[in-house]
Amino acid sequence: MREFRYEKATDPAGAVALLAGEPEGAYLGGGTNLVDLMRLGVATPDVLVDVRQLTSTEVEDLPDGGLRIGAAVPNADLAGERRVRERYPLLAQALLAGASGQLRNRATTGGNLLQRTRCTYFTDTTMPCNKREPGSGCGAVNGYHRNLAVLGATNEGADSSHTCIATHPSDMAVALRALDASVRVLGADGERSIPIAELHRLPGDDPSRDTTLAHGELITAIDVPALPWATRSRYRKVRDRASYAFALVSVAAAMDLQGDVVADVRIALGGVAHVPWRATVAEDLLRGGPATEAAFVAAAEAELAAADPLSDNAFKIPMATNMVTRTLVQLAEARA
Amino acid sequence: MDNQITLRVDGADTPLTVDTRTSLLDAMRERLGATSAKKGCDHGQCGACTVLLDGRRVNSCLVLAVTAEGQEVTTSDGLATGGTPHALHDAFVDHDAYQCGYCTPGQIASAAGVLAEAARGWPSAVTEDLVADATDLTDAEIRERMSGNLCRCAAYANIVPAVAEVAVEQGVRA
Amino acid sequence: MTATTERAVGSDVRRIDGPAKVRGLAPYAFEHEVDGTAVFVALVQSTAAKGRITSIDTSAAQALTGVLAVLTHENAPRLGDVADEVVVLQSDRVQYVGEPVAAVVAETSEVARDAAARVVVTYDAQTPDVELRTDRDDLYAPEQLMAGFETDSVIGDVDAALAAAPVGVDITYETPNQHNNPIEMHATVARWDGDVLRMWDANQGPHNLVPVITEAFGITEDRLHIVSPYVGGAFGSKAYTHVHQLIAGMAAKVTGRTVKLELTRPQMFTLVGHRTPTIQRLRLGAELDGTLTAISHEVVEHTSQNAEFAEQTATATRLMYAAPARRTTHRLARLDVPAPTIMRAPGETPGMYALESAMDELAVVLGIDPVELRLRNEPDRDPERDVPFSTRNLVACLRQGAERFGWAGRDPRPGVREDGRWLVGTGVAAATYPTRRRPSAARIEAVPGKPYVVSIDASDIGTGAWTALTQIAADALRVPMDRVDLRIGDSRLPKASGAGGSTGITSWGPAIMAAAEQLADRDIPAGGLTVTGEAGPGDEAEQYSSHAFGAHFAEVRVDRDSGEVRVPRMTGVFAAGRIINSTTGRSQFLGGMTMGLSMALHEESVLDRTHGHYANHDLAEYHIAANADVGEMDISWIDEVDDLHNPLGAKGIGEIGIVGSAAAIGNAYWHATGRRVRDLPITPDKYFR
Repeated sequence: MREFRYEKATDPAGAVALLAGEPEGAYLGGGTNLVDLMRLGVATPDVLVDVRQLTSTEVEDLPDGGLRIGAAVPNADLAGERRVRERYPLLAQALLAGASGQLRNRATTGGNLLQRTRCTYFTDTTMPCNKREPGSGCGAVNGYHRNLAVLGATNEGADSSHTCIATHPSDMAVALRALDASVRVLGADGERSIPIAELHRLPGDDPSRDTTLAHGELITAIDVPALPWATRSRYRKVRDRASYAFALVSVAAAMDLQGDVVADVRIALGGVAHVPWRATVAEDLLRGGPATEAAFVAAAEAELAAADPLSDNAFKIPMATNMVTRTLVQLAEARA
Repeated sequence: MDNQITLRVDGADTPLTVDTRTSLLDAMRERLGATSAKKGCDHGQCGACTVLLDGRRVNSCLVLAVTAEGQEVTTSDGLATGGTPHALHDAFVDHDAYQCGYCTPGQIASAAGVLAEAARGWPSAVTEDLVADATDLTDAEIRERMSGNLCRCAAYANIVPAVAEVAVEQGVRA
Repeated sequence: MTATTERAVGSDVRRIDGPAKVRGLAPYAFEHEVDGTAVFVALVQSTAAKGRITSIDTSAAQALTGVLAVLTHENAPRLGDVADEVVVLQSDRVQYVGEPVAAVVAETSEVARDAAARVVVTYDAQTPDVELRTDRDDLYAPEQLMAGFETDSVIGDVDAALAAAPVGVDITYETPNQHNNPIEMHATVARWDGDVLRMWDANQGPHNLVPVITEAFGITEDRLHIVSPYVGGAFGSKAYTHVHQLIAGMAAKVTGRTVKLELTRPQMFTLVGHRTPTIQRLRLGAELDGTLTAISHEVVEHTSQNAEFAEQTATATRLMYAAPARRTTHRLARLDVPAPTIMRAPGETPGMYALESAMDELAVVLGIDPVELRLRNEPDRDPERDVPFSTRNLVACLRQGAERFGWAGRDPRPGVREDGRWLVGTGVAAATYPTRRRPSAARIEAVPGKPYVVSIDASDIGTGAWTALTQIAADALRVPMDRVDLRIGDSRLPKASGAGGSTGITSWGPAIMAAAEQLADRDIPAGGLTVTGEAGPGDEAEQYSSHAFGAHFAEVRVDRDSGEVRVPRMTGVFAAGRIINSTTGRSQFLGGMTMGLSMALHEESVLDRTHGHYANHDLAEYHIAANADVGEMDISWIDEVDDLHNPLGAKGIGEIGIVGSAAAIGNAYWHATGRRVRDLPITPDKYFR
């Protein structure tokens, strides 16, 4: 790990001001990902600005019935928060499916969104990786990629500077994507709100950038809008171990069931893409249609039609298809 | 870069100079000679370094020591009061809930955290009723909640009854 | 002697090291010498799998405040004549990704790691060759296998018998490269006190390390002192000397300081060995009634450029079942990988996975219950050595296991049981592990009014040896356990064999008993009395075939949508001689069975064909079973005493638990789903093939 200065600020604006003058600096939240990446030599900030005690650790009601989650709320507390469990079961379940009890106690809501990929070529500084070292190529496409992306990835070959098949590792973000959360961000020019759909980005021509945040922008809170029918929601994660493993495939879904008709539906996928993947193709097919298993299968297959797998991760297509289907069946069968 | 801090580990305050890079785990093991918490991976992937930080279980390998100033660090050793072992200590011995013993202090600190989380009514990934008022630490619940602590000797099937025994005593298991 | 006491052996006494371990107060290797004077070593590892170092620039590392030394092949002390696999920092040659090419010693671990990252090494590198395939043209037959086994064995005309058999199977199984990954990473604290090298080290027996380390540093045995009272798991990786121990000795010599070298978890994948992958072709021929007529077990596995490690994968097949025609072969590919090593039941673990999977497949073809098929092929003598078994209770294990598990009435059809979305199945497999003993010595110091001090350089890597040896000593001395003060894990104690091959109790116990024998009926003078005893193999290994046996039963559930696999319950029954301590003994079986579950469902080290490195080199990517993966574990044993092998009647129990465990789970997976996965691990993706 490289040497760095450790700084505290008195308020969020002070932290933003501090980091604005530090091009190689970074914010320190719970540290469960950043400290690890620093130890691996993947992240090399020269100053850490500790923001754990600056941003809110509270979950507040929004006027519309939604919730505002302070960026410093630990994942464990958010999962334990009664209003989350009651209003957004998929979010509580996603949080509880992530990491371990110890990590959830330390990890913050803001930091969770900014987790970096666990692709082993990214975390190993001796390997080529366009995300870690732009232009170095991608070790994963011809290597160990069993758990990497099948949707929205860029694969122009191992030597291309564009190639990146990384996945976003967060479970929580998948649920928030389904819930159309928005992220409140403080920057040198003031505060702005970013729809979560616009926070994470596909690798495109610059795999090094995970998000659209500018340097020095600080997540202060996440707003989750009201969604009364999210009481009929669920997060289902498939992983190699029964616990304490990243997703092979995960599904966050909520359904507004009117009789036998899908009045509205939200579906997001984890473990399949560089971003928490919103299954808009499937949603569009389902909305207003029958809540039948056949319809769910057709929607899931349509969503996965765009998948472009490699030799060792093609299983994610039938797995994701099955998991979307099964999750929707369970929601359709559940009491609201 | 060096920082002057005071760490409070198992009730004892020790002023020391640490590199900003020093983890809480290394500060304990390499500076304070407090070696109850173990290093099994240094990446938050095994749980051997688990301690209670202000009463909450965390991986001390991922906590920078400079950020732990002013917080109460409790290792498995610190769960004992004077010469009296904690109920979890006795239960682990009685159930042979270990073999080599290396992951064990982390398992026990983690179990103490599990019991506290259950007392708060927090659900887990295997909790059927997310909005239940109270937590019942069934075997399945203990297995899930203790999964952040790997045991290569694989004493899991003994760890579960050890934690269960104390959970009953503490009223978080039916 | 004091009054005869109740027997300690066979009781369920708690671990005597337990109270210290649960609080974290039992000192493991790294936890010695904590007075703040020690300095720290960090390693620089090769990024080339094969080739030569063309330059090493250490200037940036040495410029850091706190750096005491940077060792490279250009300046490191010269080592004596040690085996190629432990030669380190002696030349510009590199033979695997991860080979240490420099070592930084610094005042703090933070500075050491930072400096190591600043050492710049360039290589003349060649393309690595790390792929094990059966169609390689460079496979070769080693002179012999590990533990002295013959490379091949042949009885009868196997091909003719296979061709003539009314029923047969011909199936290839693959087991992956695996890593031991004890939770305590290997660590060595080293200091030279004058010309004496002191080490506090994580190993499976200090005496195991003495030959290599004394040779490496050119010192006599009395100038090497290795202390290892507590070891945080090993499973084979801590049996032999590895490069880090020699680097620690060199770093201590160069700096004149107490140095601490603790491997990182990624380094655990390259510097302390692994289990070879295997490709195993099993051919079984049988009569319609299930009687085996031919067994052929051909193994292909790998070794490294710097060592010949020939795992004895098919040796269990030589004794498991009766058949007139039989053949086993082992062929190696020498690849650009780190040296393999022993990992819990080397040979038996991958080999019995294949044999016991093939037996299950044969049972299906024959339409015979898989328990019954095994019972019908029980040999009355060792089928290849033609000597009697000292004890063999496989049949009893199978019967008792079937009873406890509720096997009777099992519907043999696959893929027909559902519980919600779960497909449910059950499976069985047999287990075996050789019983051996090795020479060991023990010393007992008797002083009137004080506990007996019993000294032996035995090792407790989690086995329960601290407790079991105290029990054995107490019984041998006819005193309560609290009258025994056991000392183990120190190279200055009487020489004993290492903890490995499930030989600890059969080797160390008789040595302690022999020492105690010297005290029998003797009055202890006021000044005390010291006696020693030795024990070791006699001719039992020539006269008898001695093995532990066991049977595993598993229930498996497979999610029909996701392919996730769960093992809600397992039953294991073992015939492993006298069980010294029922509590710690049960834990040994439990740990082995669960590691077998982990092997079945999770474990695989992936070699990157392009770069030659282990791609998934940490515990987030190399999965070992977590608590939630393990269900109800029902463990019991047959009342067996093997007096023909050793005076304790014990057999060793550290390894048999893992043998066959993965096969039982694989067989149950088939029964649940109707699909055979013949290449471990059975991860969810394989459901979608």
